[in-house]
Amino acid sequence: MSSHASYEFSNPVVRWIDSRLPVFSLMKAQAMDFPTPRNLNYWWTFGGIAATMLVIQLITGIVLVMHFTPHVDLAFDSVEKIMRDVNYGWLLRWLHANGAAFFFLAVYIHIFRGLYYGSYKAPREILWMIGVIILIAMMATAFMGYVLPWGQMSYWAAVVITNLFSAIPVVGETIVQWLWGGFSVDNPTLQRFFSLHYLLPFVLAALVFLHIWALHVPGNNNPDGIDVKSEQDTLPFHPYYTMKDLFAILVFLLVYLAFVFYSPWYMGHAINFVKANPLVTPAHIVPEWYFLPQYAMLRAVPDKLGGVIVMFASLIILFFLPWLDRSKVRSLRYRPVTRIFFWLFAITCVVLGIAGAQPAEGVWLLVARIATIYYFAYFLVILPLLGKLEKPKPMPASITEAVMQKH
Amino acid sequence: MKNRIVRMLAVAGLGLGLLAAPAQAAGLQENAEEHAFSFEGPFGQFDRAQLQRGWEVFRQVCSSCHSLNYLRFRNLAEPGGPEFTVEQAKAFASQYDITDGPDENGEMFTRPGRLSDAFPAPYPNEQAAKAANNGAAPPDLSLIVKGREGWYYPWYISPVLKLFKGNGGPEYVRSLLSGYTDPPHGEEREGLNYNPYFPGHWIAMPPPLSDDAVEYKDGTPATVKQMATDVAAFLAWVAMPKMEERKRIGLMTMLYLGLFTLLMYLVKRAIWSRVEH
Amino acid sequence: MSSTTTQDVSRRDFLYIATGTVGAVGTALAAWPFIDQMNPDASVLALASTEFDMAPLQEGQGVTVMWRGKPVFIRHRTKKEIEDATKVPLAELKDPIARNANLPPDAPATDENRVKDANGKANPKYLVQIGICTHLGCVPLGEAGPFNAWFCPCHGSVYDTSGRIRSGPAPRNLDIPPFKYVSDTKIVIG
Repeated sequence: MSSHASYEFSNPVVRWIDSRLPVFSLMKAQAMDFPTPRNLNYWWTFGGIAATMLVIQLITGIVLVMHFTPHVDLAFDSVEKIMRDVNYGWLLRWLHANGAAFFFLAVYIHIFRGLYYGSYKAPREILWMIGVIILIAMMATAFMGYVLPWGQMSYWAAVVITNLFSAIPVVGETIVQWLWGGFSVDNPTLQRFFSLHYLLPFVLAALVFLHIWALHVPGNNNPDGIDVKSEQDTLPFHPYYTMKDLFAILVFLLVYLAFVFYSPWYMGHAINFVKANPLVTPAHIVPEWYFLPQYAMLRAVPDKLGGVIVMFASLIILFFLPWLDRSKVRSLRYRPVTRIFFWLFAITCVVLGIAGAQPAEGVWLLVARIATIYYFAYFLVILPLLGKLEKPKPMPASITEAVMQKH
Repeated sequence: MKNRIVRMLAVAGLGLGLLAAPAQAAGLQENAEEHAFSFEGPFGQFDRAQLQRGWEVFRQVCSSCHSLNYLRFRNLAEPGGPEFTVEQAKAFASQYDITDGPDENGEMFTRPGRLSDAFPAPYPNEQAAKAANNGAAPPDLSLIVKGREGWYYPWYISPVLKLFKGNGGPEYVRSLLSGYTDPPHGEEREGLNYNPYFPGHWIAMPPPLSDDAVEYKDGTPATVKQMATDVAAFLAWVAMPKMEERKRIGLMTMLYLGLFTLLMYLVKRAIWSRVEH
Repeated sequence: MSSTTTQDVSRRDFLYIATGTVGAVGTALAAWPFIDQMNPDASVLALASTEFDMAPLQEGQGVTVMWRGKPVFIRHRTKKEIEDATKVPLAELKDPIARNANLPPDAPATDENRVKDANGKANPKYLVQIGICTHLGCVPLGEAGPFNAWFCPCHGSVYDTSGRIRSGPAPRNLDIPPFKYVSDTKIVIG
């Protein structure tokens, strides 16, 4: 969006509009002709997949709101009404519930792709940081959305997560009461969560717009992490990447819809089919899978405030990543040592996820603690050190050369 | 076959077994007994005769203590369920007194049930339900099958097993209803009954079923196991009344999307064949 | 690069068109659940019928009851009102159709046809009609207007003692809901 090249469109109406408001020139330059490295692999399709999931969540969400009632006495019943009486209500509800999980899946893969290929490095630091903000906003949105059906796990998730803020010294209790709008999680809490759950996705959409803007200034990184040197290194975004992305999106939708139609509450918790009861806590409180690693880190620390700090730090640290990893080489293709530690890091995140689903005791607590230490060590020790110590492999002179070497 | 999956997973999990021990400590609960319900799997449908039998068990036995708040009488005649005729459903509805009103004088009154009515609850509120049942209110059964799980295998088995078998809710209900046994060591607890399938093993509900508690119109022998199975299937339908529609639309969607994906792959390949990549 | 023949090109064109068509059809079908969810749901469609006993109504007295969220006017008409309604020649009516859900859609708007239930049973004393002006949906006032019957205050539509439109912008007579007598004075609407 840096420059508005003017095109001569053949259609007179298009030409008339474009000379006054160059939307068509913009679209042609940014969505069709945009020069894109020719060597992008399928890991690069997850940005488009994540955007698709955001759109699906927006559409299904707007429609569900037409039937949902944000009131402690009616929320659970209105969801059951959607499931039983509203035309295709069951479909809309399961698209939305599973859509959140698959949105996270796509975004997590997108993030790990960025980590592996060094997409956070100069000149893409702002692009990366907007991405981190998107992740945090997504988490807030997903959490508040999970509260809305007002089942047992919804209610107790709201209680536990809002209580995190009570760890803040001095003002903690005041903040929690302010969040609740009372002395416990109750109707005011549900109604404000509903309002914000409707608002935040539009903020997300705006952030995604900024994210794409920040992408289109330097252009895409690529699997070899080499800058584009000539026109030969690139292909126009359309039709090459539009069609590739579309194919990948369809494969992703196949998996997503298989869950929607054949195992729609596989990722949920049975106890959330029981209406919220402020007097009875379920035996085993577990968040949705996409929060399990963070949850494991929260519980790994034996101190209340410490756990909260560690959990939030695990996200905040991502903002500093561009300056923690000082290596000039972007792609781990050419950093064999870092690559080993990267895969260890990926496994660590999965292990944290598994540990987060288990009761915080015995072996699992130990595992979670070791994994938490490695999570932070990767960013604070391993990457800074390896940036200085590691000798990268020789790199091809250009993207075109890298492509030709493969053949 | 399902048992084989469990066994295969168990063997595969042995390698990871070092980490498994604490997961087992979570609850005093048996895994539900395996049962191949007709509605399992991507093509599974409800067995109409079984749902009709299960409805008899529910209304003659369970409904004296348990509500079924989300069931409307009209649902009994809707496609994808027991599929009674509209006349039969009307007849069932008219056997129940529904509180309605207020009338012109401001009084509440009772009238026979209609298709649009919800199945009436046995107690007016939770306090009354508690008072009548030794302090333990019988839960509403509309979502019991989704709200309970049947499998308590270690973490590396359950996620895969659930993919094939679901949460095990119907199996849990079936096992619980037919699984009362004498407590080990002759232990007794005031007002509680021993049932290995119940979390914690001691349940307030006395054994609800006994042989021939219900007379089946289709001549099926009404053993405890049979009634437990039928009512579990019935409650599975009440919990997921749109299951058959879901699977039907799912199949069409999957076939369509499979074709579209294949075509899209060919398009992508055709376009990319122009360049080295 | 591979050499492309004309045959290759036409085969590719076919592939592109076929894929585009499949995609467009799928998108259109996928839109349906999002549209249909706004239609009345199963609980609305199954809404209970309303029962009403007209025996307590005095001559010249009317009540309004709710049915499917709409007002239904039930009136015990006076002898004069019935006479006024029956003596009007059909040719004078703005809308010559009975608009009675219990009769065929072309039944003429005689007063007799305006009071019939689903079984053809009628008691001319009792007029049951949906109290919504057929112009733009306001609720007409009772015992008002030139016929001392119904008059819509919104845009001045005038109905006679049989609920038929006589002047003003409304295009149709007031609708008669589906109902039937379960005894001489008791009716079930819906």
